[in-house]
Amino acid sequence: MDWNVGGEVIDSIAGRNLITLRDVSQQAIVEILDTAEAFAEVNARAIKKVPTLKGRVVASLFFEESTRTRLSFETAAKRLSADVLSLAVASSSVKKGESLRDTIATIEALGIDAVVMRHSASGAPEQVSRFVPHVRVINAGDGQHQHPTQGLLDVFTIRQVLAARHGTTGRESGCELFAGLKVLIVGDLRHSRVARSDVMAYTTLGATVRVCAPGTLLPVDVSQWPVEVVENFDDALGWADVVGVLRLQKERGTGSLVPSLGEFTRTHGLTWERARRLSPSTLITHPGPMNRGVEIDSRVADLDVALMERQVANGVPIRMSVLYLSLAGRAPERSTDE
Amino acid sequence: MSSDVVISGGTVIHARSTERADVLVRDGRVLAVGADLDRPAGATVIDAEGCWVGPGFVDLHTHLREPGREEAETVLSGARAAAVGGYSAVVAMPNTEPAIDNAMVAQFVLDRGREAVVDVAVAGAITIGRQGEHLAEIAEMAALGVRLFTDDGTGVQNPLVMRRALTYARPLGVRLAQHCEDEALAAGGVMNEGEVSSCLGLAGRTSVAEELMVQRDIELVRLTGCPLHFLHLSTARSIAMVTAARREGLPVTCEVAPHHLLLDDTACADFDAVFKVHPPLRTASDVSAARDALRDGRIDAVATDHAPHAPELKEMSFDDAPAGMLGLEHAASITLDVIGDDALRFFDVLSRGPAAIAQLRSSDERPRHSAHGGDVREGDDANLVVFDPRQRYTVDREKLQSRAVNTPYDGRVFVGRTRALLVRGNVRVNEGSLS
Repeated sequence: MDWNVGGEVIDSIAGRNLITLRDVSQQAIVEILDTAEAFAEVNARAIKKVPTLKGRVVASLFFEESTRTRLSFETAAKRLSADVLSLAVASSSVKKGESLRDTIATIEALGIDAVVMRHSASGAPEQVSRFVPHVRVINAGDGQHQHPTQGLLDVFTIRQVLAARHGTTGRESGCELFAGLKVLIVGDLRHSRVARSDVMAYTTLGATVRVCAPGTLLPVDVSQWPVEVVENFDDALGWADVVGVLRLQKERGTGSLVPSLGEFTRTHGLTWERARRLSPSTLITHPGPMNRGVEIDSRVADLDVALMERQVANGVPIRMSVLYLSLAGRAPERSTDE
Repeated sequence: MSSDVVISGGTVIHARSTERADVLVRDGRVLAVGADLDRPAGATVIDAEGCWVGPGFVDLHTHLREPGREEAETVLSGARAAAVGGYSAVVAMPNTEPAIDNAMVAQFVLDRGREAVVDVAVAGAITIGRQGEHLAEIAEMAALGVRLFTDDGTGVQNPLVMRRALTYARPLGVRLAQHCEDEALAAGGVMNEGEVSSCLGLAGRTSVAEELMVQRDIELVRLTGCPLHFLHLSTARSIAMVTAARREGLPVTCEVAPHHLLLDDTACADFDAVFKVHPPLRTASDVSAARDALRDGRIDAVATDHAPHAPELKEMSFDDAPAGMLGLEHAASITLDVIGDDALRFFDVLSRGPAAIAQLRSSDERPRHSAHGGDVREGDDANLVVFDPRQRYTVDREKLQSRAVNTPYDGRVFVGRTRALLVRGNVRVNEGSLS
């Protein structure tokens, strides 16, 4: 399908919401990555805080609990000196079925500039963005739709590692290192908002993406995605420069879509045997939290080429970058630490 | 009694012909049809220049929400929406709270309908509480004049129960109507399953969920011989199956909803829950097939599936929001958009076809009856619409008669609008506004 259905292509997220990577151009993604790189330098210092969003208020509104993502966003906001209102809606009195408009109106009344939002229903952040048009909305994962900052931190991490191998920096390499890069995404694509964002981020930057999953875990109409479907995981191992392992979403009813976790592991798990057949330089990503022993073998997860810790670390500068661009409404000055 | 009414200068749309003629109405009946009729002193004159004058529209599929959801719609507010849409009669669907599954609730809605500006007929539930398990008291409701039975909102899932319902209904002379969706297969889906749902990460309802039940019920009609009406068919295959069954001589009829004639699943791309409806908005090719079928005469009725919901419910997430959209006020414009100048077909699908299915014609027996879907001849009950096929207007959801605002057409420009409506000889709409 036309993945840009209903949306114009955005060349910069400056001053805008970030709800999906579907409508974000290569130029816009590179701007986010370059900005994040500058913030990553800040994070390496003893004093990790910059005053760029001083006096701005960022609310984190998590209708679905995710301690990791919430901490990552809140850390990012705090390092930019924003005030953070943290609302773990999932554990509060807000029940499934409350009008999104009522919830956001309550939060908005507290005076906020941006809302970082996680929801179990696809599209909830986009709906909210219509209710509060002057508040910037950052999607922290919605249903099975999108998780844009995860997609961004994944490509940021890959660019960082490849640039180091080439003796350059990510910023200097732009998106060159993605040209011809072979990315294999494996696992529960059907229920994965991460997969939808990853596919858009990688392909927009010029990489070639193949996907592999049991038939029941492939999205309907995957034939319309800008990817190639691989029937057999084993056949694709030697091809991949990057293997993106997805979390098996047992809580989304995946249990009834595959006969057993054991069979899933045997057909689509990144087992030790399979990892040995990868090229030694092949990188492995996983959005976490991992089901060790299911979609990824525990020893494989601890290999040097497995980038999970680096992904988590990079979550902060990527989210600083997104909050900064979206809220400051402009690309940063060359020196972001003034 | 109401005063005389002259509908002047329009084109009268009979069942098989049209003529430029005036229509004189007295005491709730058509007294004369002819060119340049004398105007009795004191008569109300309705200028029908450039308009079609035909039998008032009949909606087979109206959710009036009363009892139980009066914040979204009432019998009276829904009837006002129907009137400005050109309807002289509507059939109230039984998925109220409590459901219309017994004579007492049916009588309650009929009584409320007597105060309404249009005629309100009632559809009863097939099973108790629309749970799909035990047959409702169909014969007792039939005695009150209920002629259509459906668990609409959902279909009767169990084929054994559906077979029994058909067998039980047959000798009662009533018609069952089915909302065809196999819930086990559609489970959890909130929009059409396909490219768009896949991209949006919304769970899909496959068109096969509808088609399986259509096919199942065609076979059950063959088995039982009881007539069945297929509600809101939304896929090209469903329409093809019902068309084929009808060619075989099976007693099946079908309707399409206006939204399935105009909107496809890309309308869901902004996650606006106003576009959530069951069966869901399908693909552009399904829309095209429905339009073709309506033009070809393979569809008996356009039926609105007018489904009011309180605004706060449609402001929930797409997953959580209830399904359904408004339809009464704009269905005729959409029908005109599909059918164009063929006024006979236009009145077939908006009035005569649905009146036959709902058993609201003069040849049908029912208590307190005023006949709809007539030929516009002397002696007919004066349930008449004056429809201007050239009037252009812009939909404004703040100006609807319905109590709810969940119209998918807000801001759209439509052509073709009701100028006047007579119900039992009373002028309910004149110059486009409620009297």
